[in-house]
Amino acid sequence: MNESLFRLRDVTRRYGSRQVLSIDELEIRQGEILALVGPSGAGKSTLLRLLNFLEPPSQGTIEFLDEQIDPDRQPSLELRRRVTTVFQRPVLLRRSVYQNVRYGLQLRGQRDGAGQIDRVLEEVGLVDLAQAQARTLSGGEAQRVALARAMVLEPDVLLMDEPTANLDPYNVGLIERIVTRLNREAGTTTVLVTHNVFQARRLAHRVALLLEGRIVEVADVQAFFEQPSDPRTAAFVRGEMVY
Amino acid sequence: MSGIALALSTVIGIPLGAALGLTRFVGRRLVIAVMYTGMGFPPVVVGLFVYLMLSRSGPLGSLGLDAIPELFTPAAMVVAQTIIAFPLVAGFTMAAVMGVDPNLRLQVLGLGATAWQATWAILAEARTGVIVSVVAGFGGIISEVGAVMLVGGNIEHSTRVLTTAIVLETRKGNFELAIALGIILLSLSFFANLAMLRLQGSSLNE
Ligand SMILES: Nc1ncnc2c1ncn2[C@@H]1O[C@H](COP(=O)(O)OP(=O)(O)OP(=O)(O)O)[C@@H](O)[C@H]1O
Ligand SMILES: [Mg+2]
Repeated sequence: MNESLFRLRDVTRRYGSRQVLSIDELEIRQGEILALVGPSGAGKSTLLRLLNFLEPPSQGTIEFLDEQIDPDRQPSLELRRRVTTVFQRPVLLRRSVYQNVRYGLQLRGQRDGAGQIDRVLEEVGLVDLAQAQARTLSGGEAQRVALARAMVLEPDVLLMDEPTANLDPYNVGLIERIVTRLNREAGTTTVLVTHNVFQARRLAHRVALLLEGRIVEVADVQAFFEQPSDPRTAAFVRGEMVY
Repeated sequence: MSGIALALSTVIGIPLGAALGLTRFVGRRLVIAVMYTGMGFPPVVVGLFVYLMLSRSGPLGSLGLDAIPELFTPAAMVVAQTIIAFPLVAGFTMAAVMGVDPNLRLQVLGLGATAWQATWAILAEARTGVIVSVVAGFGGIISEVGAVMLVGGNIEHSTRVLTTAIVLETRKGNFELAIALGIILLSLSFFANLAMLRLQGSSLNE
Protein backbone atom coordinates (compact mmCIF):
# COMPACT_ATOMS: atom_id res chain seq x y z
CA MET A 1 0.00 0.00 0.00
CA ASN A 2 2.93 2.35 0.45
CA GLU A 3 4.77 1.86 -2.76
CA SER A 4 4.52 4.85 -5.03
CA LEU A 5 2.83 4.40 -8.39
CA PHE A 6 2.87 7.95 -9.69
CA ARG A 7 5.37 10.56 -8.72
CA LEU A 8 4.99 14.09 -10.06
CA ARG A 9 7.85 16.54 -9.83
CA ASP A 10 7.63 20.23 -10.66
CA VAL A 11 4.79 19.54 -13.03
CA THR A 12 3.11 22.49 -14.68
CA ARG A 13 0.44 22.70 -17.31
CA ARG A 14 -0.13 25.84 -19.33
CA TYR A 15 -2.76 26.69 -21.92
CA GLY A 16 -1.35 29.53 -23.97
CA SER A 17 0.05 31.93 -21.43
CA ARG A 18 -2.26 30.74 -18.66
CA GLN A 19 -0.81 28.36 -16.12
CA VAL A 20 -3.57 26.19 -14.68
CA LEU A 21 -1.51 23.59 -12.84
CA SER A 22 1.68 23.83 -10.84
CA ILE A 23 2.51 20.85 -8.67
CA ASP A 24 5.86 20.75 -6.90
CA GLU A 25 5.43 17.22 -5.74
CA LEU A 26 2.67 14.63 -5.60
CA GLU A 27 2.86 10.94 -4.94
CA ILE A 28 0.06 8.49 -5.63
CA ARG A 29 0.49 5.19 -3.88
CA GLN A 30 -0.15 1.74 -5.19
CA GLY A 31 -3.55 0.49 -4.07
CA GLU A 32 -4.85 3.67 -2.46
CA ILE A 33 -7.96 5.71 -3.02
CA LEU A 34 -6.87 9.32 -3.22
CA ALA A 35 -9.63 11.90 -3.18
CA LEU A 36 -8.89 15.11 -4.99
CA VAL A 37 -10.97 18.02 -3.78
CA GLY A 38 -10.98 21.69 -4.58
CA PRO A 39 -13.16 24.43 -5.96
CA SER A 40 -14.31 24.65 -9.55
CA GLY A 41 -11.52 25.64 -11.90
CA ALA A 42 -8.78 24.48 -9.51
CA GLY A 43 -7.34 22.16 -12.17
CA LYS A 44 -8.66 18.79 -11.00
CA SER A 45 -9.76 17.58 -14.43
CA THR A 46 -6.54 18.86 -15.92
CA LEU A 47 -4.53 16.82 -13.43
CA LEU A 48 -6.49 13.70 -14.35
CA ARG A 49 -5.77 14.25 -18.05
CA LEU A 50 -2.06 14.37 -17.23
CA LEU A 51 -2.32 11.20 -15.14
CA ASN A 52 -4.07 9.41 -18.02
CA PHE A 53 -1.30 10.67 -20.35
CA LEU A 54 -3.87 12.42 -22.53
CA GLU A 55 -1.81 15.60 -22.37
CA PRO A 56 1.88 16.02 -21.66
CA PRO A 57 2.99 18.28 -18.84
CA SER A 58 4.26 21.67 -20.00
CA GLN A 59 7.21 21.19 -17.64
CA GLY A 60 8.38 18.66 -15.11
CA THR A 61 8.22 14.90 -14.95
CA ILE A 62 5.63 12.27 -14.19
CA GLU A 63 7.05 8.96 -13.09
CA PHE A 64 4.70 6.05 -13.55
CA LEU A 65 6.03 2.63 -12.54
CA ASP A 66 9.43 2.56 -14.20
CA GLU A 67 8.71 5.01 -16.95
CA GLN A 68 9.37 8.69 -16.85
CA ILE A 69 7.13 11.03 -18.82
CA ASP A 70 8.12 14.59 -19.51
CA PRO A 71 7.19 17.21 -22.13
CA ASP A 72 9.31 15.41 -24.72
CA ARG A 73 8.63 11.82 -23.85
CA GLN A 74 5.23 10.24 -24.26
CA PRO A 75 4.40 6.94 -22.59
CA SER A 76 4.13 3.71 -24.52
CA LEU A 77 0.68 2.51 -25.54
CA GLU A 78 1.07 -0.44 -23.21
CA LEU A 79 1.63 1.88 -20.26
CA ARG A 80 -1.14 4.24 -21.27
CA ARG A 81 -3.55 1.30 -21.30
CA ARG A 82 -2.99 0.57 -17.63
CA VAL A 83 -4.80 3.77 -16.71
CA THR A 84 -8.31 4.81 -17.63
CA THR A 85 -10.75 7.57 -16.76
CA VAL A 86 -14.42 7.90 -15.95
CA PHE A 87 -14.93 11.41 -17.27
CA GLN A 88 -16.85 14.26 -15.73
CA ARG A 89 -19.25 14.37 -18.69
CA PRO A 90 -19.05 10.97 -20.34
CA VAL A 91 -19.55 10.88 -24.09
CA LEU A 92 -20.78 7.46 -25.09
CA LEU A 93 -20.52 5.98 -28.55
CA ARG A 94 -23.62 5.97 -30.70
CA ARG A 95 -23.98 2.24 -30.27
CA SER A 96 -25.64 -0.12 -27.85
CA VAL A 97 -24.74 -0.20 -24.17
CA TYR A 98 -23.14 -3.61 -24.68
CA GLN A 99 -20.99 -2.36 -27.56
CA ASN A 100 -19.91 0.63 -25.50
CA VAL A 101 -18.71 -1.63 -22.72
CA ARG A 102 -16.98 -3.93 -25.21
CA TYR A 103 -15.25 -1.05 -26.99
CA GLY A 104 -12.08 -0.81 -24.87
CA LEU A 105 -11.53 -4.55 -25.10
CA GLN A 106 -11.90 -4.36 -28.87
CA LEU A 107 -9.26 -1.65 -29.00
CA ARG A 108 -6.92 -4.10 -27.33
CA GLY A 109 -7.78 -6.82 -29.82
CA GLN A 110 -9.45 -8.90 -27.12
CA ARG A 111 -12.28 -11.01 -28.49
CA ASP A 112 -13.04 -13.29 -25.59
CA GLY A 113 -14.40 -10.73 -23.14
CA ALA A 114 -18.06 -11.78 -23.21
CA GLY A 115 -18.05 -13.22 -19.71
CA GLN A 116 -16.28 -10.15 -18.38
CA ILE A 117 -18.74 -7.79 -20.06
CA ASP A 118 -21.74 -9.68 -18.68
CA ARG A 119 -20.29 -9.61 -15.18
CA VAL A 120 -19.65 -5.88 -15.32
CA LEU A 121 -23.12 -5.11 -16.73
CA GLU A 122 -24.57 -7.16 -13.92
CA GLU A 123 -22.64 -5.26 -11.30
CA VAL A 124 -23.70 -1.83 -12.56
CA GLY A 125 -27.27 -3.04 -13.02
CA LEU A 126 -27.49 -2.59 -16.77
CA VAL A 127 -28.24 -6.12 -17.91
CA ASP A 128 -31.74 -5.18 -19.03
CA LEU A 129 -30.45 -2.21 -20.98
CA ALA A 130 -27.55 -4.04 -22.67
CA GLN A 131 -29.10 -3.71 -26.13
CA ALA A 132 -30.44 -0.18 -25.65
CA GLN A 133 -28.92 2.72 -27.56
CA ALA A 134 -26.40 4.34 -25.25
CA ARG A 135 -27.38 7.84 -26.36
CA THR A 136 -30.95 7.38 -25.13
CA LEU A 137 -29.97 6.66 -21.52
CA SER A 138 -30.68 8.81 -18.50
CA GLY A 139 -27.82 10.59 -16.75
CA GLY A 140 -27.44 7.97 -14.06
CA GLU A 141 -27.54 5.12 -16.56
CA ALA A 142 -25.01 6.81 -18.82
CA GLN A 143 -22.70 7.34 -15.85
CA ARG A 144 -22.94 3.64 -15.02
CA VAL A 145 -22.07 2.75 -18.63
CA ALA A 146 -19.05 5.03 -18.34
CA LEU A 147 -18.00 3.20 -15.19
CA ALA A 148 -18.66 -0.19 -16.79
CA ARG A 149 -16.60 0.54 -19.89
CA ALA A 150 -13.69 1.53 -17.65
CA MET A 151 -14.07 -1.36 -15.17
CA VAL A 152 -14.14 -4.01 -17.85
CA LEU A 153 -10.56 -3.09 -18.75
CA GLU A 154 -9.40 -4.02 -15.23
CA PRO A 155 -7.07 -1.02 -15.12
CA ASP A 156 -4.27 -0.66 -12.58
CA VAL A 157 -5.37 2.92 -12.09
CA LEU A 158 -8.91 4.23 -12.26
CA LEU A 159 -9.31 7.99 -12.50
CA MET A 160 -12.80 9.21 -11.68
CA ASP A 161 -13.90 12.77 -12.33
CA GLU A 162 -16.90 13.55 -10.16
CA PRO A 163 -18.57 10.26 -11.01
CA THR A 164 -21.57 10.87 -8.81
CA ALA A 165 -22.28 14.54 -9.45
CA ASN A 166 -25.98 15.07 -10.23
CA LEU A 167 -26.93 11.49 -9.40
CA ASP A 168 -29.68 10.26 -7.12
CA PRO A 169 -28.79 8.52 -3.84
CA TYR A 170 -29.34 5.06 -5.34
CA ASN A 171 -26.79 5.61 -8.10
CA VAL A 172 -24.37 7.33 -5.74
CA GLY A 173 -24.49 4.34 -3.40
CA LEU A 174 -24.05 1.85 -6.23
CA ILE A 175 -21.03 3.64 -7.64
CA GLU A 176 -19.43 4.14 -4.24
CA ARG A 177 -19.78 0.44 -3.43
CA ILE A 178 -18.15 -0.49 -6.72
CA VAL A 179 -15.23 1.89 -6.18
CA THR A 180 -14.64 0.39 -2.76
CA ARG A 181 -14.93 -3.18 -4.00
CA LEU A 182 -12.54 -2.65 -6.92
CA ASN A 183 -10.02 -1.15 -4.55
CA ARG A 184 -10.31 -3.91 -1.96
CA GLU A 185 -10.55 -6.91 -4.25
CA ALA A 186 -8.63 -5.95 -7.35
CA GLY A 187 -6.28 -3.50 -5.67
CA THR A 188 -7.26 -0.81 -8.15
CA THR A 189 -5.50 2.45 -7.40
CA THR A 190 -8.13 5.17 -7.61
CA VAL A 191 -8.01 8.92 -7.89
CA LEU A 192 -11.44 10.29 -7.16
CA VAL A 193 -12.26 13.90 -7.92
CA THR A 194 -15.20 15.01 -5.87
CA HIS A 195 -16.92 18.15 -4.70
CA ASN A 196 -18.50 16.21 -1.91
CA VAL A 197 -16.37 16.22 1.24
CA PHE A 198 -18.58 13.55 2.78
CA GLN A 199 -17.90 11.26 -0.14
CA ALA A 200 -14.18 11.90 0.19
CA ARG A 201 -14.45 11.00 3.83
CA ARG A 202 -16.42 7.82 3.12
CA LEU A 203 -14.17 6.44 0.39
CA ALA A 204 -10.68 7.84 0.49
CA HIS A 205 -7.52 6.77 2.27
CA ARG A 206 -5.90 10.10 1.59
CA VAL A 207 -7.22 13.47 0.48
CA ALA A 208 -5.52 16.18 -1.52
CA LEU A 209 -6.74 19.77 -1.73
CA LEU A 210 -6.07 21.55 -4.98
CA LEU A 211 -6.38 25.33 -5.07
CA GLU A 212 -5.65 27.44 -8.13
CA GLY A 213 -3.56 24.68 -9.62
CA ARG A 214 -1.49 24.03 -6.51
CA ILE A 215 -1.61 21.24 -3.98
CA VAL A 216 -2.31 22.88 -0.65
CA GLU A 217 -2.30 19.77 1.47
CA VAL A 218 -2.23 16.00 1.10
CA ALA A 219 -2.99 13.98 4.19
CA ASP A 220 -4.54 10.80 5.48
CA VAL A 221 -8.28 11.15 5.47
CA GLN A 222 -8.65 11.47 9.22
CA ALA A 223 -5.90 14.03 9.59
CA PHE A 224 -7.20 15.98 6.61
CA PHE A 225 -10.60 16.41 8.19
CA GLU A 226 -9.74 16.51 11.87
CA GLN A 227 -6.33 18.16 12.15
CA PRO A 228 -5.68 19.94 8.85
CA SER A 229 -2.29 21.56 8.86
CA ASP A 230 -3.17 24.32 6.46
CA PRO A 231 -5.76 26.96 7.39
CA ARG A 232 -7.15 26.82 3.87
CA THR A 233 -7.84 23.11 4.30
CA ALA A 234 -9.62 23.84 7.56
CA ALA A 235 -11.74 26.43 5.82
CA PHE A 236 -12.52 24.10 2.95
CA VAL A 237 -13.52 21.30 5.29
CA ARG A 238 -15.86 23.65 7.13
CA GLY A 239 -17.40 24.54 3.80
CA GLU A 240 -16.30 28.14 3.99
CA MET A 241 -14.65 28.33 0.62
CA VAL A 242 -16.91 29.77 -2.00
CA TYR A 243 -17.14 27.84 -5.23
CA MET B 1 -16.37 3.63 -64.59
CA SER B 2 -18.44 6.00 -62.51
CA GLY B 3 -17.92 3.40 -59.80
CA ILE B 4 -14.15 3.72 -60.09
CA ALA B 5 -14.39 7.51 -59.95
CA LEU B 6 -16.62 7.29 -56.89
CA ALA B 7 -14.25 4.82 -55.20
CA LEU B 8 -11.31 7.13 -55.91
CA SER B 9 -13.23 10.15 -54.64
CA THR B 10 -14.11 8.29 -51.47
CA VAL B 11 -10.56 7.13 -50.90
CA ILE B 12 -9.24 10.67 -51.36
CA GLY B 13 -12.18 12.60 -49.95
CA ILE B 14 -12.84 10.86 -46.64
CA PRO B 15 -9.26 11.00 -45.31
CA LEU B 16 -8.92 14.58 -46.55
CA GLY B 17 -12.19 15.57 -44.92
CA ALA B 18 -11.23 13.81 -41.69
CA ALA B 19 -7.83 15.52 -41.65
CA LEU B 20 -9.39 18.92 -42.27
CA GLY B 21 -12.01 18.36 -39.62
CA LEU B 22 -9.82 16.88 -36.90
CA THR B 23 -6.40 18.47 -37.17
CA ARG B 24 -5.09 21.99 -37.26
CA PHE B 25 -2.18 22.60 -39.58
CA VAL B 26 -0.65 25.52 -41.39
CA GLY B 27 -2.51 26.15 -44.63
CA ARG B 28 -5.66 24.38 -43.47
CA ARG B 29 -7.81 27.41 -44.20
CA LEU B 30 -6.41 27.66 -47.69
CA VAL B 31 -7.10 23.99 -48.38
CA ILE B 32 -10.65 24.42 -47.10
CA ALA B 33 -11.18 27.47 -49.32
CA VAL B 34 -9.93 25.51 -52.34
CA MET B 35 -12.16 22.58 -51.39
CA TYR B 36 -15.25 24.79 -51.04
CA THR B 37 -14.51 26.20 -54.47
CA GLY B 38 -14.20 22.66 -55.78
CA MET B 39 -17.57 21.75 -54.29
CA GLY B 40 -19.34 24.42 -56.26
CA PHE B 41 -17.18 24.31 -59.35
CA PRO B 42 -18.94 24.12 -62.73
CA PRO B 43 -18.04 20.63 -63.94
CA VAL B 44 -17.54 21.90 -67.49
CA VAL B 45 -14.65 24.00 -66.25
CA VAL B 46 -13.13 20.93 -64.62
CA GLY B 47 -13.57 19.20 -67.97
CA LEU B 48 -11.83 22.04 -69.74
CA PHE B 49 -8.99 21.98 -67.23
CA VAL B 50 -8.51 18.22 -67.54
CA TYR B 51 -8.78 18.53 -71.32
CA LEU B 52 -6.03 21.13 -71.43
CA MET B 53 -3.82 19.20 -69.03
CA LEU B 54 -4.15 15.90 -70.83
CA SER B 55 -4.18 16.99 -74.45
CA ARG B 56 -1.07 16.05 -76.40
CA SER B 57 0.20 19.60 -76.30
CA GLY B 58 -0.82 20.15 -72.67
CA PRO B 59 1.58 20.15 -69.70
CA LEU B 60 0.83 16.57 -68.66
CA GLY B 61 -0.11 15.06 -72.01
CA SER B 62 3.12 16.22 -73.61
CA LEU B 63 5.15 14.24 -71.08
CA GLY B 64 3.98 11.08 -72.81
CA LEU B 65 4.12 9.03 -69.59
CA ASP B 66 2.21 5.76 -69.43
CA ALA B 67 0.71 6.69 -66.07
CA ILE B 68 -1.06 9.72 -67.55
CA PRO B 69 -4.29 8.85 -69.29
CA GLU B 70 -4.93 10.04 -72.84
CA LEU B 71 -7.87 12.19 -73.80
CA PHE B 72 -11.00 10.49 -75.07
CA THR B 73 -10.38 7.38 -72.98
CA PRO B 74 -12.41 6.08 -70.04
CA ALA B 75 -9.40 6.78 -67.82
CA ALA B 76 -9.50 10.47 -68.69
CA MET B 77 -13.16 10.56 -67.74
CA VAL B 78 -12.43 8.92 -64.41
CA VAL B 79 -9.91 11.69 -63.74
CA ALA B 80 -12.47 14.39 -64.52
CA GLN B 81 -15.23 12.73 -62.48
CA THR B 82 -12.91 12.23 -59.52
CA ILE B 83 -11.91 15.87 -59.56
CA ILE B 84 -15.58 16.82 -59.59
CA ALA B 85 -16.62 14.47 -56.81
CA PHE B 86 -13.83 14.31 -54.26
CA PRO B 87 -14.24 17.89 -52.95
CA LEU B 88 -17.89 17.07 -52.29
CA VAL B 89 -16.94 13.95 -50.35
CA ALA B 90 -14.22 15.81 -48.44
CA GLY B 91 -16.45 18.78 -47.64
CA PHE B 92 -19.35 16.78 -46.26
CA THR B 93 -16.99 14.46 -44.37
CA MET B 94 -15.29 17.43 -42.77
CA ALA B 95 -18.62 18.89 -41.67
CA ALA B 96 -19.69 15.51 -40.31
CA VAL B 97 -16.57 14.85 -38.20
CA MET B 98 -16.58 18.42 -36.92
CA GLY B 99 -20.09 17.78 -35.64
CA VAL B 100 -18.82 15.02 -33.34
CA ASP B 101 -18.29 16.06 -29.71
CA PRO B 102 -14.56 16.89 -29.38
CA ASN B 103 -14.54 15.20 -25.98
CA LEU B 104 -15.21 11.89 -27.68
CA ARG B 105 -11.70 11.72 -29.06
CA LEU B 106 -10.19 12.38 -25.64
CA GLN B 107 -12.40 9.81 -23.96
CA VAL B 108 -11.71 7.15 -26.55
CA LEU B 109 -7.97 7.79 -26.13
CA GLY B 110 -8.52 7.46 -22.39
CA LEU B 111 -9.95 4.01 -23.00
CA GLY B 112 -6.69 3.07 -24.68
CA ALA B 113 -7.25 3.88 -28.35
CA THR B 114 -4.32 4.66 -30.62
CA ALA B 115 -4.56 7.86 -32.67
CA TRP B 116 -5.81 5.83 -35.64
CA GLN B 117 -8.37 3.99 -33.61
CA ALA B 118 -9.64 7.30 -32.26
CA THR B 119 -9.97 8.75 -35.76
CA TRP B 120 -11.81 5.65 -36.86
CA ALA B 121 -14.17 5.95 -33.89
CA ILE B 122 -14.97 9.53 -34.85
CA LEU B 123 -15.70 8.56 -38.46
CA ALA B 124 -17.96 5.79 -37.15
CA GLU B 125 -19.77 8.30 -34.94
CA ALA B 126 -20.21 10.59 -37.94
CA ARG B 127 -21.28 7.74 -40.21
CA THR B 128 -24.61 9.30 -41.20
CA GLY B 129 -22.81 12.37 -42.50
CA VAL B 130 -19.95 10.43 -44.05
CA ILE B 131 -22.40 8.39 -46.09
CA VAL B 132 -24.17 11.58 -47.15
CA SER B 133 -20.79 12.74 -48.42
CA VAL B 134 -20.48 9.66 -50.62
CA VAL B 135 -24.08 10.12 -51.84
CA ALA B 136 -23.25 13.70 -52.76
CA GLY B 137 -20.12 12.56 -54.62
CA PHE B 138 -22.18 9.95 -56.42
CA GLY B 139 -24.74 12.57 -57.38
CA GLY B 140 -21.99 14.83 -58.69
CA ILE B 141 -20.64 12.06 -60.86
CA ILE B 142 -23.84 10.58 -62.20
CA SER B 143 -25.49 13.86 -63.14
CA GLU B 144 -22.49 15.20 -64.95
CA VAL B 145 -22.46 15.72 -68.74
CA GLY B 146 -20.26 18.59 -69.76
CA ALA B 147 -16.89 17.51 -68.45
CA VAL B 148 -17.39 13.92 -69.48
CA MET B 149 -18.35 14.98 -72.98
CA LEU B 150 -15.33 17.24 -73.34
CA VAL B 151 -12.78 14.86 -71.96
CA GLY B 152 -14.27 11.58 -73.09
CA GLY B 153 -15.61 12.65 -76.45
CA ASN B 154 -18.80 10.58 -76.18
CA ILE B 155 -17.37 7.71 -78.23
CA GLU B 156 -19.71 4.76 -78.63
CA HIS B 157 -18.84 1.62 -76.61
CA SER B 158 -15.97 3.46 -75.00
CA THR B 159 -16.57 6.81 -73.40
CA ARG B 160 -20.28 7.19 -73.92
CA VAL B 161 -22.12 7.20 -70.60
CA LEU B 162 -25.83 7.46 -69.88
CA THR B 163 -25.88 11.22 -69.56
CA THR B 164 -23.95 11.87 -72.74
CA ALA B 165 -26.04 9.29 -74.57
CA ILE B 166 -29.17 11.14 -73.46
CA VAL B 167 -27.79 14.39 -74.86
CA LEU B 168 -26.94 12.71 -78.16
CA GLU B 169 -30.28 10.91 -78.57
CA THR B 170 -32.22 14.05 -77.72
CA ARG B 171 -30.31 15.99 -80.34
CA LYS B 172 -31.04 13.27 -82.87
CA GLY B 173 -34.72 13.53 -82.01
CA ASN B 174 -34.91 10.02 -80.50
CA PHE B 175 -36.92 11.18 -77.55
CA GLU B 176 -38.26 7.73 -76.61
CA LEU B 177 -34.74 6.36 -76.32
CA ALA B 178 -33.58 9.45 -74.47
CA ILE B 179 -36.45 9.12 -72.01
CA ALA B 180 -35.77 5.41 -71.56
CA LEU B 181 -32.11 6.14 -70.83
CA GLY B 182 -33.18 8.84 -68.42
CA ILE B 183 -35.38 6.40 -66.57
CA ILE B 184 -32.53 3.90 -66.39
CA LEU B 185 -30.26 6.59 -65.01
CA LEU B 186 -32.81 7.58 -62.42
CA SER B 187 -33.42 4.03 -61.29
CA LEU B 188 -29.68 3.31 -61.14
CA SER B 189 -29.25 6.34 -58.98
CA PHE B 190 -32.24 5.41 -56.84
CA PHE B 191 -31.04 1.87 -56.21
CA ALA B 192 -27.49 2.99 -55.52
CA ASN B 193 -28.79 5.45 -52.96
CA LEU B 194 -31.08 2.83 -51.50
CA ALA B 195 -28.02 0.64 -51.00
CA MET B 196 -26.21 3.46 -49.23
CA LEU B 197 -29.25 4.07 -47.08
CA ARG B 198 -29.04 0.47 -45.95
CA LEU B 199 -25.43 1.11 -44.98
CA GLN B 200 -26.52 4.07 -42.93
CA GLY B 201 -28.90 1.69 -41.27
CA SER B 202 -30.51 2.56 -38.02
CA SER B 203 -28.25 5.56 -37.48
CA LEU B 204 -30.77 7.64 -39.46
CA ASN B 205 -33.45 7.05 -36.90
CA GLU B 206 -31.47 8.01 -33.85
N1 LIG C 1 -8.00 22.86 -23.03
C1 LIG C 1 -7.99 23.99 -22.30
N2 LIG C 1 -7.66 25.17 -22.84
C2 LIG C 1 -7.63 26.29 -22.09
N3 LIG C 1 -7.95 26.35 -20.81
C3 LIG C 1 -8.28 25.21 -20.20
C4 LIG C 1 -8.34 23.96 -20.90
N4 LIG C 1 -8.71 23.02 -20.02
C5 LIG C 1 -8.88 23.62 -18.85
N5 LIG C 1 -8.62 24.95 -18.94
C6 LIG C 1 -8.70 25.92 -17.82
O1 LIG C 1 -7.96 25.39 -16.75
C7 LIG C 1 -8.60 25.66 -15.51
C8 LIG C 1 -8.78 24.37 -14.75
O2 LIG C 1 -9.76 23.58 -15.40
P1 LIG C 1 -10.20 22.16 -14.87
O3 LIG C 1 -11.23 21.66 -15.81
O4 LIG C 1 -9.02 21.32 -14.66
O5 LIG C 1 -10.87 22.55 -13.49
P2 LIG C 1 -11.64 21.62 -12.46
O6 LIG C 1 -10.92 21.71 -11.15
O7 LIG C 1 -11.83 20.26 -13.03
O8 LIG C 1 -13.04 22.37 -12.33
P3 LIG C 1 -14.51 21.75 -12.14
O9 LIG C 1 -14.64 21.39 -10.70
O10 LIG C 1 -15.41 22.90 -12.50
O11 LIG C 1 -14.64 20.59 -13.07
C9 LIG C 1 -9.91 26.35 -15.85
O12 LIG C 1 -9.78 27.71 -15.58
C10 LIG C 1 -10.11 26.08 -17.30
O13 LIG C 1 -10.73 27.18 -17.91
MG1 LIG D 1 -13.43 19.20 -13.69
